[in-house]
Amino acid sequence: MADRLFTVEGLKVSLPDMARKPLLGPAPMLDILHGLDFTLERNCITGIVGESGSGKSTLGRALVRLLEPSAGSVVFDGHDIAHLPEPALKPLRRDLQMIFQDPMSSLNPRRTIGAIIAAPMRHHGLADRIDERVAAALTRVGLPENFAARYRHQLSGGQRQRVGIARALALEPKFVLADEIVSGLDVSTQAQILTLLDQLASEMGLTIAFISHDLSVIRRLCRNTIVMRAGRIVEAGPTDALFAAPRETYTRELIAAIPLPEIDDDWLTR
Amino acid sequence: MTAQPLCLSIGALSATLPNGDRVLRSVSLDVAAGEVHALVGESGAGKSMIGKALLGVLPPGVRQVEGSITLEGTRLETLAPAARRRLIGARTALIPQDPLTALNPSRRIGPQMTDRLTHILGWPAASARARIREMLAEVHIREPDRVIAAYPHELSGGMRQRVLIAAAFAAEPRLIVADEPTTALDVTVQKQILRLIADLQRRHGTAILFVTHDLGVVAKISQSVSVLYAGMVVERAPAPELFATPRHAYTKALMAATPRYTHPASSLQPVNSAVLAELALEVRAADTEWKRAHG
Repeated sequence: MADRLFTVEGLKVSLPDMARKPLLGPAPMLDILHGLDFTLERNCITGIVGESGSGKSTLGRALVRLLEPSAGSVVFDGHDIAHLPEPALKPLRRDLQMIFQDPMSSLNPRRTIGAIIAAPMRHHGLADRIDERVAAALTRVGLPENFAARYRHQLSGGQRQRVGIARALALEPKFVLADEIVSGLDVSTQAQILTLLDQLASEMGLTIAFISHDLSVIRRLCRNTIVMRAGRIVEAGPTDALFAAPRETYTRELIAAIPLPEIDDDWLTR
Repeated sequence: MTAQPLCLSIGALSATLPNGDRVLRSVSLDVAAGEVHALVGESGAGKSMIGKALLGVLPPGVRQVEGSITLEGTRLETLAPAARRRLIGARTALIPQDPLTALNPSRRIGPQMTDRLTHILGWPAASARARIREMLAEVHIREPDRVIAAYPHELSGGMRQRVLIAAAFAAEPRLIVADEPTTALDVTVQKQILRLIADLQRRHGTAILFVTHDLGVVAKISQSVSVLYAGMVVERAPAPELFATPRHAYTKALMAATPRYTHPASSLQPVNSAVLAELALEVRAADTEWKRAHG
């Protein structure tokens, strides 16, 4: 059996439904995830795909404990982190990093790129030789060392996303959550970022949960795939098998809805 | 070429920023009547700018400095501003990218759809309302009364886009500018919306200038394509030809960079620097020539 970094059982997440909040008193709870069971293999990129509202981002946030599940267990590297209080969680946070969708809003405009990449290292007590560490982090993602002195607005979209990756990987985490990290990029930039992530994942032995709405991207990058819909897992398994012979109608529909850059006169009416 | 009449003809269109830099570099393209013409390119390629120049809504500071836009035989530059607005209002329409920003959140859907018909085209209110109802049926909205009385936030993204498509086709425009109309939608909804646009377009014989960054969408919806880079048309071809034998290195590079689930191993080559260098040279050559011609 493959070595597992995450084992998740019966994961439920409920969030307050602000649309139905009464004027006074608490908002009623809305179930977002309805009891999910799955595992994430070590040294493997797992794709999590679904349409908007399927709960894929909520699932990601529960994995890195930005959200506390309302039920179930999330076993990460031997620890059940589902309900760990913050002080007990702190040493584990170093191993649970995140790359965000929009590098424009996830990089502080008033701090240099160097300071942004250094922040998580300082937070986890790696303040010595910090310039060297920042330079190494930049080099790793293919950016020149002197970018440390620049600001967010001086970078292109692809360079900003490289900074986001550099920051997440600076601590050499065991797990990285990548939530729609290429959806705001042009295809040529997207290709660069995906190639970089793929290469870093194999070099550093990273375990990545790659959330995306784009099945073509998932197909290219991920060894395993989880298909979600309305807070439930529709289908999960090795990506090759899932595309070769999708078991569920919904998965087939999702795949069939992707417009390939090929002329196909019947596609629209199928 | 066929004898099909041209709906839109753009000739050597250049537009500049206040500092004199060109955002459109001598763009020429033709759209035949009843045809979908795709404008495809990456961000900053100027694909939306062409639609804006046509509709006369260029952003502040951007100016059309040269070139002609001919809509059904009428050169827009020869018209007085008011006459140009009237012609554009009567013969064209826009399907915007983000239906949520295009709709006023504090007004009901019905009046927002009839506005153009009554205020700009001078239809009587009753016939405008009847027309909207007809159009909502055409875009397969089952409960027109509920939608007409709804506020934008009460509808899903796909429903809002249907409403805007219905509004765009309501006055039987000859040409619609569709500016990334499915970019904000999920794939399954995107497919429904593309099918809907293709259906209505065929039934009404409307030409569409379809702006998109997605070569997949281009392949499925358009009959002809202009590939743009830095405000320049680098390749123009009928869609089947473009996908079968792309000629320009940039078109080839874009296709190689687009992921395909059917070719997981071969897909995703970043645009290589030789292609970018070649493009930079083309841009410089075009600018040098333009400067020489304009002192």
